[in-house]
Amino acid sequence: MAEPAPPWAALVLPLALALVATALATADARSTGPGREVLRLLVQQRRITRAADVPLVRLATTLLPVAAVLAAAVLPLGFRPVSDLPDGIVWFNAMEALAWAAVWLAGWGPNSTLSLIGGYRFLAQGLAYELPHMLAITTAALGAQSLRVGAVADAQAGLWFAVWMPAAFGIYLLSALAMAFWGPFDQPVGRDTAGGAAAELSGVDRLVFLGGRRLLLVVAAAFSVPLFLGGGHGPLLPGWAWTLIKTAAVLGLLLWVRRRVPTVRTERYMELSWVVLTPLAVAQALVVAVVVLKK
Amino acid sequence: MSTAAFWALAVLAVASGIMVFRFDSMARATFSLLTALLCVGGELIVLGLDYLGVVTVLMMTIEMAIMAVFMIMFMMNPAGLMPMTMLHNRRGAALICAGSFTSLVVGILLVPWPRRVGRAPADPTMDLGMSLMGPQMLTMMTLGMALFATIVATVVLATRRGRYDRYGDDLRAARPDDPVRGGVGR
Repeated sequence: MAEPAPPWAALVLPLALALVATALATADARSTGPGREVLRLLVQQRRITRAADVPLVRLATTLLPVAAVLAAAVLPLGFRPVSDLPDGIVWFNAMEALAWAAVWLAGWGPNSTLSLIGGYRFLAQGLAYELPHMLAITTAALGAQSLRVGAVADAQAGLWFAVWMPAAFGIYLLSALAMAFWGPFDQPVGRDTAGGAAAELSGVDRLVFLGGRRLLLVVAAAFSVPLFLGGGHGPLLPGWAWTLIKTAAVLGLLLWVRRRVPTVRTERYMELSWVVLTPLAVAQALVVAVVVLKK
Repeated sequence: MSTAAFWALAVLAVASGIMVFRFDSMARATFSLLTALLCVGGELIVLGLDYLGVVTVLMMTIEMAIMAVFMIMFMMNPAGLMPMTMLHNRRGAALICAGSFTSLVVGILLVPWPRRVGRAPADPTMDLGMSLMGPQMLTMMTLGMALFATIVATVVLATRRGRYDRYGDDLRAARPDDPVRGGVGR
């Protein structure tokens, strides 16, 4: 059912993602939006720390939004992704792993203690979320018996995966927050370390890095729609409208969680993740595998 | 087009592989190695093995991040801000490199390569999965367990604190005596 979008969609995709990210930032700040802050960062002079590894910092800050946009290439709007790769789910996972490396690099590069602590925290957080996260997206692929994102969405024309794989869906949402180090998982850029991995970034670098983080959050939230919420399937409205509505609902939920839940310490989440979430994700995958085999 | 992509990726892979040994910074060396391995993943995609290529990209990226975790755990200078070198045992390494390169080239030139039999399957990923989970299942399971046991053994040998440090000489302490918060069983 999925058909690739026209080539110009590849150019529109980053703009569309940036638009959604801006809307999210506006709703988040309950104000007129991030426009003023963006302008301030654009004209701000860049600070450079002593003995900083400047090429690595630049690489890290650019890698974050680039990885987010590349991951979004397999996101279907309605039923039309920019590219419906035969192994789109693995592609998505590979691109978000690049973001993991980018944040560590951003913490390491400026040669500053506080940003280094932030980078190390994100490595630990990555170890915590990545394993259950991979199991959760594998479970969705298992339910559809395909790694193609379009096929996973089509397998949910009747029943959504979120309904009969609730544990995998919950774990996915948690890891989406952790991946974008946002909300309760913002310790890598926490205030206790004066901004952590982003502490020494200023001017355009800071704008690109924090903007890339927003993009990553939007992409991670939007990817839960074809994976667990039936993609573009829905009554009356066309596919693209359902995709937008569901993505907005997921982002709203994540925003609500951010408002309600305080920052979780990395080692606490690590413990929860390895002792509770990973076995839970394995059990969920087992249940889904049995159901699929019985069909 | 694909020939050009193949050669571009190949040159970039070899160049960043060389740079791993030229950089004097741990982070630069790590990410140079990552670049080389990502290029190898790209080569696989160019050769039509989409799944293997994307999985290579995924695994190598995570592997480099995990390597950073091990650097933090075990290196003398966990920040990695001091200059370092990746070159050790220069003469031996040069001999081994020259030897393996020569034998590979000789092998490539002398082996009578078989002609292609049959056609590529419609879905190579499916065939790969059937092969790994079918005839090669035992090999893969053994390999996986051996690798996992190696990792656990390495960490156990390298860590300074064991269970007697955590739970006392008679292993009877109610809560472990750990230098940092966290860990199971609090």
